[in-house]
Amino acid sequence: MKDDIILRVAAKIVMPFMLLFGLYVQFHGDFGPGGGFQAGVIAAAAIVFYGLIFGLDAARRLVPDRLVEALVALGVLIYAGVGIAGLLLGGAYLDYFVLDAHDTVHGQHRGIFWVEAGVGITVSAVMLKLFYMFAGRGQKE
Amino acid sequence: METLIVNVLLTGLAVVVVAMALQRNLFGVVVLSGIYSFLMATALVALDAVDVAMTEAAVGAGVSTVLLLGALHLFSSMEAKPLHRPLLPLVIALGMGAVLAYGILGLPSFSDPQAPIHVHVAPVYLSSVMRETGVPNVVTAVLASYRGYDTLGETVVVFTAGAGVIALLRRRKRLKEKDK
Repeated sequence: MKDDIILRVAAKIVMPFMLLFGLYVQFHGDFGPGGGFQAGVIAAAAIVFYGLIFGLDAARRLVPDRLVEALVALGVLIYAGVGIAGLLLGGAYLDYFVLDAHDTVHGQHRGIFWVEAGVGITVSAVMLKLFYMFAGRGQKE
Repeated sequence: METLIVNVLLTGLAVVVVAMALQRNLFGVVVLSGIYSFLMATALVALDAVDVAMTEAAVGAGVSTVLLLGALHLFSSMEAKPLHRPLLPLVIALGMGAVLAYGILGLPSFSDPQAPIHVHVAPVYLSSVMRETGVPNVVTAVLASYRGYDTLGETVVVFTAGAGVIALLRRRKRLKEKDK
């Protein structure tokens, strides 16, 4: 589909909005529908869309395999790290109340923010990696 | 009105499922499964479960359709004729369906405010969520805070799935290089 000018132009126009919507869903999840999982899928879908139009290699140049693989693990580490931070600050594992010394509600906000960020990173990286893996199989055979 | 919308959507879902079972062209099946996911997402919006609807639309209709199309690209797009008549699976499926339908009879009626699920911890969450977490979206608060351990487990499941796919497909690639 690389040569279709309508698709190319449309993809370039739509891409930033998709990514922005992913960020909105990620960080507005406290107030509206959404959260890390949904945002991760939307962000991955934007890259998958790019890959469908411009080819797998172009998508791999945009988001390299090594980066994706690192992000798969990074998300889980962030989530687990929030739990460890709670332990170090004198609470229980995944206890957000202790994350802010003055206001427990702020601690909750902080904990939920980082936890959702971890979920979003892992989900988007796994979705993207699945796409790379499946789409890459047909190419070399 | 809401009941009518939900019933129309559920009928549409049933029609799509039957069409999917009859369809021999696998590309058609993939498109139908995308339609199924969108209908399901709309039904979930009608039932006020927007968070789930968003996930269904993004994962069910978006990413999994792309993955199925990617898989379809690797082999023939027509379903092979079954070698024997699949009578036993049909009987098992119908029996399972009957058991599930029997199980539904034991559930509290739909949107019954006195159902156990609505009188156990849900009122506690609804009344204390703003005071304790300050997060207006109760779904997010329950998911990330009250049930943080479960979500950690889910994230690890997603991670494991990704790691599993990487391990499986990578190894194949290396073996092929060795063959050459």
